[in-house]
Amino acid sequence: MSQFFTLSILVATLASGIRLAVPYLIAALGETIGQRSGVLNLGVDGVMLLSAFFTYWTVLETGNMWLATAVGLGVGLVMGLIYAVVTVFFHATQGISGIGIFLFGLGFSELMFRKQVGAPTPVDKIAEVDIPLLSKIPHIGELFFQHDLLIYFAFGLVPIVSFMLRKTTFGMNISAVGENPQAADSLGVSVAKTRFAAILLGNLLAGLAGATLALQLGLFQGNLTNGLGFIAVALVYFGAWRPTGVMVGALLYGMVQATVNQLKIQGSIPQSASDIAAMAPALLTIAALAVLAGRIKAPSALTRPFSRA
Amino acid sequence: MNADAPLLQMRGITKRFPGVIANEGVDFEVRYGEVHTLLGENGAGKSTLMKILFGLYAPDEGEVLLRGEKVSISSPSDAIAARIGMVHQHFMLVPTQTVAENVALGLKSKRGVLTDLDSVSERIREISEEQGLAVNPSEEVWRLSVGERQRVEIIKALYRDAELLVLDEPTAVLTPQEVEDLFVVLRRMTESGRGLVFISHKLHEVMALSDRITVLRNGKVSGHTVPAESSREDLAQMMVGRAVRLTPERPIVEAGPPRLTIRSLSVTGDRGTTAVDNVDLDVHSGEILGVAGVSGNGQRELAEVIAGLRDPQAGATIDLDGMSLLGVDTRARRDRGLSYVPEERMRDGAIGDFTVSENLILVDHGGDQFSRSGLLNFGAIKEHAAALVERYAVKTPDIDTPTSSLSGGNIQKVIMARELTAEPKLLIASQPTRGVDIGSAEYIHERLMEQREKGTATIVISEDLDEVIGLSDRIAVMFEGRIIDIVDSEDATREAIGLLMAGVTN
Repeated sequence: MSQFFTLSILVATLASGIRLAVPYLIAALGETIGQRSGVLNLGVDGVMLLSAFFTYWTVLETGNMWLATAVGLGVGLVMGLIYAVVTVFFHATQGISGIGIFLFGLGFSELMFRKQVGAPTPVDKIAEVDIPLLSKIPHIGELFFQHDLLIYFAFGLVPIVSFMLRKTTFGMNISAVGENPQAADSLGVSVAKTRFAAILLGNLLAGLAGATLALQLGLFQGNLTNGLGFIAVALVYFGAWRPTGVMVGALLYGMVQATVNQLKIQGSIPQSASDIAAMAPALLTIAALAVLAGRIKAPSALTRPFSRA
Repeated sequence: MNADAPLLQMRGITKRFPGVIANEGVDFEVRYGEVHTLLGENGAGKSTLMKILFGLYAPDEGEVLLRGEKVSISSPSDAIAARIGMVHQHFMLVPTQTVAENVALGLKSKRGVLTDLDSVSERIREISEEQGLAVNPSEEVWRLSVGERQRVEIIKALYRDAELLVLDEPTAVLTPQEVEDLFVVLRRMTESGRGLVFISHKLHEVMALSDRITVLRNGKVSGHTVPAESSREDLAQMMVGRAVRLTPERPIVEAGPPRLTIRSLSVTGDRGTTAVDNVDLDVHSGEILGVAGVSGNGQRELAEVIAGLRDPQAGATIDLDGMSLLGVDTRARRDRGLSYVPEERMRDGAIGDFTVSENLILVDHGGDQFSRSGLLNFGAIKEHAAALVERYAVKTPDIDTPTSSLSGGNIQKVIMARELTAEPKLLIASQPTRGVDIGSAEYIHERLMEQREKGTATIVISEDLDEVIGLSDRIAVMFEGRIIDIVDSEDATREAIGLLMAGVTN
């Protein structure tokens, strides 16, 4: 046990925690934008699976990671369009249509994988980019400045999304249509357009989250996400619909996962109990949500379709 | 622009919905600098007409002229651009945002995609000062009082330079003092040439504020008048189509012994604060005790504690005919003679999807009268329902109609019928006629009086001062959870009660 606490292992575990947190973080930031506008999207996991597959497949076929990332974003955009049309224009029940998106993503990504790839074939992972000078600082460098570009980008998104929501007219419109769409409508703010844009942004980020997962693992298999997208939805609640809160939740999640992985590698957790240990993050989320429930307030119009009259 | 033309003319407006004609050939006009009241029962077509003006509905026939020119308004943005403002009955505010953010919503920012809340706040302060509408631009709206929220709504319209302002039941949520302040503000606005549409069914307010009055009934204009030429009774008659008694006849009834005795009652409210604070109260047999107060001063919690929907803090006594009600569940309270007409009639008083007959037996469906060994006796239920619908003059196609499709007044009659059939010893009626048409209100008042003569002890909680004064033998005024005074209704004036409601005692 003492072995675990050596500094270098601790740093390696923390660095791995940061890396593991990133897909959650990106997806949950996207979901935050959508939910702030009053739209719950339970399909995040499905969008991530689709985008992860197409990202992986693009790398497999072309080896071009930037192209692959763009493809992943494109998948998010297309799924966002579908979801936005269904929920904003057809006023579909959000909970159910989101589950539909998830099931479609789960099934279609696996089908495509079996048809087009078949056996799991590893591809190159996204490379780490060491920040000059900073990455050379002992431990600190390893912890914060030896990551791939998507990780830097993901954490850079936190202040960007936060600024967008608080300081721009678009952000003001988003929270207005999420809290009181009638009020926004009465002042000439288009609830449909605002929600449409928020959903597209949210799904774009879900697509990026899926792409990140595939690029970091250099692999695809059926149900690659293993419910990650659903955790991301829960993290939005955990973070009380604020980007920084969501980031804290994602990091906590990544850290617990990294610690469990490390303990497994060391054999501190017997192989037979590894499945139970894998549940630790989920239990943590449930506990956190139970404690926080009632103290945080969701956007008042969340899940409520809007129509005049 | 035509200089002699009125600010607004709506001509021959007709709007049909499936099965209903909401507006039929309605003419309506507002001049510069006048308050033109639109009066009518719920469903008379006032809201439809204003929604057409604001671009939320398109009229099937008719035309709208602004400043003498024909306009086509097809969205709220068009209306705002045409300098029409609307203060909605249910405030159109985002509670989590600040006053400035609420005002800026939907406007072009001087700083492009970034908000320009500083300059918005500056302008809000100017408007506040000019119009006497004190409000802090950086305060979040959920922290504001109802009166302040309404000021924000008015500022929103003035910020957009509204020349025609529609106020949809703006006084419904205000204290009498706040109403007076509002009227001062509105008068000042007309002096600067703005035209106002005032929607209300509080007749004394309509008489006090209006320059002209247009009355709607069943989607059509039933009369035009001015306050000097009409009495409140005349207005009520135009609204209902027959003569209406606005204040019920109150025969002398000798009050009996106290039936309900409350001592040292304190109640914790939804937010964890003390909602009812150390209340002592007696209600006698054959007496109607009115409870007046601005919404949110503990009236609802008081009613819920007596009805058994909420627990009091330790140390309280609530006795009905000398027997404690504490620790007694709602069913047993009913069996002891308590009836309750809740404030939120569709949420707490009836089940919308159930038929009229089902709602009429909602409480008693398990009793021997309507069921045998757990099976409902439909013959008895139908007979009972038909009799009550007849006796209480419930307007419904038949007893198997879903209750939610009735008007508010008729739903209230269904609930009243059910609650009064139990021949209660104690009746609590919360807002018995809120949102109820005048004709039904008159009927409900008569039934309450009938109950009083039978010796029921009745508590009527109402924000309508005319109702409280007209019905009650004594009036208890609640302020911040306390009963700050109990006055005899013979000595009560609107002004005196209004001051007490604002917490002023001498």
